[in-house]
Amino acid sequence: MLNTLVAVCSAYALFLFAVAFAAERAALRGQATWLRSPMVYTLSLSIYCTAWTFYGAVGSAVRSGFEYLTIYLGPSLVLVGWWWILRKLVRIGRSQRITSVADLISSRYGKSNLLAVGVTILAVVGTTPYIALQLQSVTLSFEVFGVGDLATGEEKGHTALWVAAGLALFTVIFGTRNLDANERHNGVVMAIALEAIVKLAALLAVGVFVVWGLSGGVSGALDKIDASPLGHWEIDGGRWAGLMMLSAAAFLCLPRIFQVLVVENDNETHLRTASWAFPLYLGLMSLFVVPIAVIGLEMLPEGSNPDLFVLTVPLSQGRDGLAVLSFLGGFSSATSMVIVAAIALSTMVSNHVVMPLWLRFAGGGAKVSGDVRHVVLLARRLSIIGVVMLGYLYYRLSGGGAALASIGLVSFAGVAQVLPAMLGGIFWRGASRLGALTGLTLGFGCWGYTLFLPSFGPGAVLPEAWLLDGAFGLHWLRPHALFGIGGMDPLLHAVFWSLALNTGGFVLASLASFPQPLERLQGAQFVNVFEHSTGPRSWAGRVAPTEDLMVMAQRILGARDARLLFEREAQRQGLRGGLPAPTPDFLETLERELAGSVGAATAHAMVGQIVGGASVSVEDLMAVADETAQMMEYSARLEAQSQELARTAAQLREANAKLTRLSVQKDAFLSQISHELRTPMTSIRAFSEILRDTTGLSAPEQSKYASIIHDEAIRLTRLLDDLLDLSVLENGQVNLNLREGLLSEVLDRAVAAAAADEHGARLRIDRDPAAERIWLNTDLDRLSQVFINLVANARKYCDAAQPALDIRVRTGEEVVIDFIDNGTGISSEAQDVIFEKFSRVSDQKAGGAGLGLAICRQIMTRLGGEIAYLPGQGGGAFRVILPANIAMAAQ
Amino acid sequence: MLKRVMLIEDEPNIIEAISFILSREGLAVDTHSDGTTANDRLRACRPDLLILDVMLPGKSGYDILRELREDADTAELPVLMLTARGQSRDREMAERAGVSAFMTKPFSNAEMLATVRTLVAGGV
Repeated sequence: MLNTLVAVCSAYALFLFAVAFAAERAALRGQATWLRSPMVYTLSLSIYCTAWTFYGAVGSAVRSGFEYLTIYLGPSLVLVGWWWILRKLVRIGRSQRITSVADLISSRYGKSNLLAVGVTILAVVGTTPYIALQLQSVTLSFEVFGVGDLATGEEKGHTALWVAAGLALFTVIFGTRNLDANERHNGVVMAIALEAIVKLAALLAVGVFVVWGLSGGVSGALDKIDASPLGHWEIDGGRWAGLMMLSAAAFLCLPRIFQVLVVENDNETHLRTASWAFPLYLGLMSLFVVPIAVIGLEMLPEGSNPDLFVLTVPLSQGRDGLAVLSFLGGFSSATSMVIVAAIALSTMVSNHVVMPLWLRFAGGGAKVSGDVRHVVLLARRLSIIGVVMLGYLYYRLSGGGAALASIGLVSFAGVAQVLPAMLGGIFWRGASRLGALTGLTLGFGCWGYTLFLPSFGPGAVLPEAWLLDGAFGLHWLRPHALFGIGGMDPLLHAVFWSLALNTGGFVLASLASFPQPLERLQGAQFVNVFEHSTGPRSWAGRVAPTEDLMVMAQRILGARDARLLFEREAQRQGLRGGLPAPTPDFLETLERELAGSVGAATAHAMVGQIVGGASVSVEDLMAVADETAQMMEYSARLEAQSQELARTAAQLREANAKLTRLSVQKDAFLSQISHELRTPMTSIRAFSEILRDTTGLSAPEQSKYASIIHDEAIRLTRLLDDLLDLSVLENGQVNLNLREGLLSEVLDRAVAAAAADEHGARLRIDRDPAAERIWLNTDLDRLSQVFINLVANARKYCDAAQPALDIRVRTGEEVVIDFIDNGTGISSEAQDVIFEKFSRVSDQKAGGAGLGLAICRQIMTRLGGEIAYLPGQGGGAFRVILPANIAMAAQ
Repeated sequence: MLKRVMLIEDEPNIIEAISFILSREGLAVDTHSDGTTANDRLRACRPDLLILDVMLPGKSGYDILRELREDADTAELPVLMLTARGQSRDREMAERAGVSAFMTKPFSNAEMLATVRTLVAGGV
């Protein structure tokens, strides 16, 4: 019997090899259309139904009633209700050339290799029990046929090892034919589609035999069900909902499902068929589970393994042929799962773990692509063998005694940890790398501690004491009652806590962190994938739509230029009608033309978008972003430059206005000087000519005219002195000659000097000698010059009948000296200008050039003091203020 | 017939010099040194020639000239203008205001006499 079975298995395996090989050949020849039908896609999805489903569903029905249905309802829910999530996943997978779940997560969160490695580890660890489950089921089924022959555990292990080795071989041969993980594995897909039919047929055959062969039809079967303990199972709502959620989540996250659902997907529209056909398939698979369980319980001896009823019921009735078919169904379920899972995992392991390591440590020397190709293939193959062997190892470690369904659920809960990062990644732009890392770490850790490690059994990995009293004796860390919440089903407990911590950590860390630019870009690409990629079109045999290229080119180059370009190319190709074929040469030309307008990266991305369907690579997008950034930077720089120009222009205008003002002032000043110099010179010239040319001048006349010349010459000299003095003071070139002296003495000298002028000798000067006894330390000569000016002005301009000047000195913080005469004073409008150069108040006959007060103001500024007109004193009044540091002490 | 020249100038020494020169030429010289009352004085004296300084207290020589050109009695009166500023702009302004001749201070006495003679004789 066992020999027959081995022969059948070998023959079946050879048949699968042949089918896979034929499919590969057909695909190579381009006759792949029938390989790529929606039905094949739907059937390939049936790798969801593994040996767990094939054998374990009946076992589960015996142990937990209708609970096994949840495992079918979850995926049906996803396909029927959440097809839009699947559609988005498929579209993202296509447009981003996603190769695996790990690649999806990593790519979404800024191509983070850390995340990729994390998800890979999670996937490997989560899938390992699953692969072990397949090995266990195949081993068990062998055992059923060869009762007695395979008694020892050692030999059981040998069977499992042989099975594992055979599966690894098949996977290596058909799973690594193509280097590009994005290329479809036509042979494998065809083989698993065939296996899907085999397992469904086998299960239906057993079911039909049980219902119509053993129970006498549908009504008989129903009666038996009602009579059996299965009819009285209560439905635990919480566990049902939990398991349904879990299986739905797992359906989205399982690496092998992702492989067939997204990576092997050929056409988005196939999802439409799958959304009704796959639930139908699941329905058929579950149709006879309960009758088989009921009949098995009724007919087989107490203590028979219900996981094997599918085999043992036909065997017990002597239906060896049916049993072999049933065995092949189970074998198909197990092998298809292991093969696809191994392909999916090996892609992850080699892409995200082996290749980065190899490139870092050994890749420096390999410049030839053939080297890399060789390494990649080797990495894939070793990964496949490693993954399958890990499953074998788990099988040996866990003892192979656990119920199939419970192992499967551990695995589900593990891979479901990817869900928050996955859904968050494709629907929430705010999701960040840190969030994904945090969520995955928390969820994975929690799952490992509360479910995975305890699944090896008490004392196997976790000490028994930990299971009872928590890690390190901390009660709230009990793996089955975290945070003191006990009494829950261990599975639900683990699922609840791991997903809750996972989601919480993911959301909080995402909110708290700010995504990197690449993450934001990828986030936008993922979340808005339908805006960025083209609609559902077939991958195969698509031609670049020249019309689309034309439309795009017109938009960028302008209608006329674009038409000319396309017509020229069409003529060159010998085509009529103005639209050329999108040959690579033409695409290159077009890209170059476009690049002139929009930059090379953008042009490449645009042409790629239309020609390649959707495959705008991350590099393209990054380049686009770079170009945009450069343009923004350039425009920002331009803006800055224009602002600076505006500023400079404003400064120039201001400087120009200042220069103009200065120029006007200079002109006015020169004009003034000219006038002041020419006036005395006119008199001098006129009288000197009179003296020279006129004969017979009387002596008094001669004397008078000579005096006028003399006076005017003095006036000129004084004017020149004043001008020089003022120029020196204004330019700050004056050297102060600091000396100590009494204020009274300075005033004495000034009054005496002013009196030397013959004009206005009758001015009376009132002083207060006591108040004037102040020691000063300053340039006494310059100060005296100021005083002389003020006294002389009073002499010249005081128009009182009895002119008098009162000099008052006051000391406080500063020394204040007021010069007040009893004349009419200076009008208020004139007060504003008297300190300006050449400002003279009305009466020019006094002979000053109008520089005296300007000089006084300059001197006082140099000395650190002030001079100002003092209005409201009845007559002309000036105040001189000396700063405190000049006054040494009042005596 | 004795020709009358009126001199409007505020610098006493220059008034004395010009008066001396013109008197010796046989001209009657009236002098005035205030800008604001110059036009009234002019109408009263009715001279054959006016010698006018630009910078006068109260009113500039240009304004005085413009006013007297608007008055029919004095519109044709020959006017010699004197200025101590001597820029071309001053000459232009004087010409626009309707001056007959223009001299820059300091001047040569001979040149002054020649100009006065020409103006008094009716030429320009």
